[in-house]
Amino acid sequence: MVTAQSHAGKGSFDLHDVSVTYGSETAIAGVSMHIEPNAVTALIGPSGCGKSTLLRCLNRMNDELGNAKVAGRILLDGVDVYDKEYDPVELRTKVGQVFQKPNPFPMTIYDNVAYGPRTQGIRKRSDLDALVERSLTRAALWGEVKKDLKKHAFELSGGQQQRVCIARALATEPEVLLMDEPASSLDPISTQQIEDTIAELKEYVTIVIVTHNMQQAARISDKTAFMLRESMEEPAFLVEVGETRTMFTNPGDKRTEAYITGRFG
Amino acid sequence: MNRIKRARTVQTVAVAITGAAAAFIIAAALFLFVYIVVRGAPAISWEFLTDVPRKQMKEGGILPAIVGTLALTLGTAAFALPIGVAAGIYLSEYAPRGRSTRLIRLAISNMAGVPSIVYGLFGLALFVILLDLGKSILAGALTLACLTLPVIITATEEALRQIPSDLRQASLALGATRWRTIYRIVLPAAAPGIVTGSILGLSRAAGETAPILFTAAVYYKRQMPDSVFADVMVLPYHIFILATQVTGRPDDIIWGTALVLVGGVTAISVAAATWRSIQRRKVRW
Repeated sequence: MVTAQSHAGKGSFDLHDVSVTYGSETAIAGVSMHIEPNAVTALIGPSGCGKSTLLRCLNRMNDELGNAKVAGRILLDGVDVYDKEYDPVELRTKVGQVFQKPNPFPMTIYDNVAYGPRTQGIRKRSDLDALVERSLTRAALWGEVKKDLKKHAFELSGGQQQRVCIARALATEPEVLLMDEPASSLDPISTQQIEDTIAELKEYVTIVIVTHNMQQAARISDKTAFMLRESMEEPAFLVEVGETRTMFTNPGDKRTEAYITGRFG
Repeated sequence: MNRIKRARTVQTVAVAITGAAAAFIIAAALFLFVYIVVRGAPAISWEFLTDVPRKQMKEGGILPAIVGTLALTLGTAAFALPIGVAAGIYLSEYAPRGRSTRLIRLAISNMAGVPSIVYGLFGLALFVILLDLGKSILAGALTLACLTLPVIITATEEALRQIPSDLRQASLALGATRWRTIYRIVLPAAAPGIVTGSILGLSRAAGETAPILFTAAVYYKRQMPDSVFADVMVLPYHIFILATQVTGRPDDIIWGTALVLVGGVTAISVAAATWRSIQRRKVRW
């Protein structure tokens, strides 16, 4: 039996002067912030402001894009994840990701969720069964699919597929879950369900979510970070980060206020 | 109004020309097929398929040539599939964009453009003489494998490229290595495309004559091959021999041999296409 790990208190990020360059173009520069464990942090800002780029730094998915270079320091629970000795493959078992578009693998629901654990070498049927059930339960999908675990994931609705993807990411028992506009391709009801799921998930994981939807950020996050790119010639940067309630009622920066009240973006 | 009328006329002509080209292709394929069947069918009999040639090849069957072609094609697959698929995976999934990769691609497209008789000479020099394999199934299969490689590499690369990149991302983000991502996610999804493309390449190899002229094929041999070092009769070369070297033979055995070759290749292609469409129905993007 795999013990139900709770990472309470684990999964905090500290970013020090982080910048990302693609070739000769600097996409984001000078981002320093603390990401609290077991809380939901929303990254907001107009399109092209580097939210997703910053998110991909946290599980080193930028490494896979070939020409992306990350400078600065990113610490996960005090450990530099960009250290030469740090294996990105190991990092990604601790920092999971849910993508913008539902992207289940072309296989059954069960095999989708069991993919991560199997990758880590878990083979025992009873362990896998337990992990699949727990992950689907946490993704609020267990009740709907428990009788159809052998069903092909592509037969599910878009919202259900996205929750399979959330369950799949949870099955490796990560400390942090990165979500890149996870509801942007879904209908309002599915969006609502995903948001409810997120609220319950922070008991188990730290959540960092990119969203272009400010109401969504206001509804689901504890902390909000506002990013901005003022012109195409300059890199994007972090304007401010703070308690979501404060950010939305009494922002410290004029630009945040202008964005939140809908004057641009 | 006049302008619109003219545009309509141009449109009608365009449809007519492109449609005629399409119709010509169908007609040519159909004619070829029907002609081979009509001319060849009278020769087909149980004896024709299971007997050795007799009476200076004017009578009897073509079993040694069928066996020889099968052996060569299987041998070709054994060499060309692993190397071709592996190279396709490298090019699609690992190769960095740069000069060396461009060089590999250039080499592949050059390989595809080399005339098959040149492969025959190359096979004679390298496999038959230098590696001392003699005129044999092994030497012929290796030569045909060289000829087939570009097709299989390209088919593999194309099939892999069609797999959405967000599947790869999802796997990598779960802590899978690149290799695990390839063999658990990308390859299974691309398998139908790889198989279809490879079979196309192999069926071309099965019908080639020039590459095996100096490396595997013999004029006449009653015995079945007992090892990969044996030389063999093969269907395409047998057609050539019957048509040019055997006087007083009935024409229908030439067409019968052609029918067996075309029929076999078609059967395999149809089987591959059917399998692929079943896979397609199972997996849709």
